[in-house]
Amino acid sequence: MGFIKGRKLVYEYKKYNEEGGIESVNRAVDGVDLDVERGDFIAILGHNGSGKSTLAKHINALLVPSGGTLYVNGKDTAKEENIWDVRQTAGMVFQNPDNQIIGTVVEEDVGFGPENMGVPTEEIWERVEESLKSVGMWKYRKASPNRLSGGQKQRVAIAGVVAMHPKCIVLDEPTAMLDPVGRKEVIRAVRALNMVEDVTVLLITHYMEEVIYADKVLVMDGGKVVMQGTPCEIFSQVEKLKGYRLDVPQVTLLAHELKKSGLPLEDGILTAEELVEALCQLRSNM
Amino acid sequence: MLKDITLGQYYPRDSVIHRLDPRTKLVGTLVFLLSLFLFRSFACCLVATLFLGAVIRASKVPFGFMVRGLRSIMVLLAITMFFNLLLTPGIPVLRIWKLTVTREGILQALFMAIRLIYLIIGSTVMTLTTTPNHLTDGMEKGLAPLNRLHVPVHEVSMMMSIALRFIPILMEETDKIMKAQMARGADFESGGLIKKAKNLVPLLVPLFVSAFRRANDLALAMEARGYRGGQGRTKMKPLIYQKRDYGAYLILAGYLVCICAAGILSPL
Repeated sequence: MGFIKGRKLVYEYKKYNEEGGIESVNRAVDGVDLDVERGDFIAILGHNGSGKSTLAKHINALLVPSGGTLYVNGKDTAKEENIWDVRQTAGMVFQNPDNQIIGTVVEEDVGFGPENMGVPTEEIWERVEESLKSVGMWKYRKASPNRLSGGQKQRVAIAGVVAMHPKCIVLDEPTAMLDPVGRKEVIRAVRALNMVEDVTVLLITHYMEEVIYADKVLVMDGGKVVMQGTPCEIFSQVEKLKGYRLDVPQVTLLAHELKKSGLPLEDGILTAEELVEALCQLRSNM
Repeated sequence: MLKDITLGQYYPRDSVIHRLDPRTKLVGTLVFLLSLFLFRSFACCLVATLFLGAVIRASKVPFGFMVRGLRSIMVLLAITMFFNLLLTPGIPVLRIWKLTVTREGILQALFMAIRLIYLIIGSTVMTLTTTPNHLTDGMEKGLAPLNRLHVPVHEVSMMMSIALRFIPILMEETDKIMKAQMARGADFESGGLIKKAKNLVPLLVPLFVSAFRRANDLALAMEARGYRGGQGRTKMKPLIYQKRDYGAYLILAGYLVCICAAGILSPL
């Protein structure tokens, strides 16, 4: 059985009128099947309102499906008694770094999760040290979060989740409010966790550049998963992505346009290096 | 600039007083304040002065910082002294027009002033040497017995520390909204009191909306990290009494004995 397994997931936001009757129903997630293995790096793409954040909140049991089932690490998230286990298994990082830091000092914030779990004091300190080091924020442990940059705050938030020793981290647009430098810092930290500590990562984003390292990409639109596959497979379908109001990475777009105007390039070129290599090869063949 | 604001006015220094357990400091301050009001004689004043002086010395905080808090009570102090001076019955010393100043009045006013000043300085010493976080921690632990009376001690202290964390963030936000509204022609400066208050509406409404949104986000983030109230929670920095705290309690007891003795031996 997969690590995260969702079948026909449905979630409806209901709008109530004044008498308490249901006025309108908005299906944010509509019949999604989700399969994630341990250690995977999954990216979920989609424009605003495509249901990707709603889906993410299910994995942490912050939302319970209106229909269908979702198992995280073999536990049904819809069951009340599993909630705390699920939340410990799947940590969550949110978009706004300011609104998810609870402590007034960096180290206290990282310790917040373990404190809630009832971890003994000495072990909390060990976990805080290890997780702050894993995101490269150890030297800021005594700093006030208000004095950190956006990227640094977001890394502290990630450390706060890592300290709970989750098997999986869900990141809900963690870079949306950051500058390019901060974005790079955060993505680097996330990749390191995935590769070194073998943490399963679900990254929700609308920046294409962050997706190229993923093992698998899901594209969502209107609450449904409309495309899935490796980044290479996804980005080779430039026209289809544009139909879902998504951009492809600049390099991929360039390769796509070159191909359209007659150069025999392969599909799904993701990085500048790949493009350079392909172009050089073309020249030597000529 | 706004980022530097902390509530209270913690003055970072490495001193014995700073390192004391916040509970010790809370109890100490409370005892000191009570002792000020229980006794009234010159001998007692002397004892209190010596004690306060010693504590200030040990805290290594410049004396100027202690006195700063006094500015805000100057008016109150003046009014209190004025009425005490004139309205206390006793042996008249001075008579100006219809007002009589009595010997008792002078004494009373003097004591009152000393009390008020010491009261402010005493509590300032505590806020200068304790971080707000430490203070909330101390209150949480110190008031823990109230839990049995179903007082939500943990929740209240959690709220306080979150409020402390969000003060600078909300200040920044206020600044931002103010500038945004000013860019659209809002006027926060001119007009009378009522007009000024009315002008604040376009500032307060978005501020409240955003504060609620933040609160919602934060609640979600706390829940996602497994927060479920105080039960079954461990502490990263638990408060444990050290040797110096027991020492401080001994000194405090000594101070109480001295001031009691002074009060009994010289009633005035």
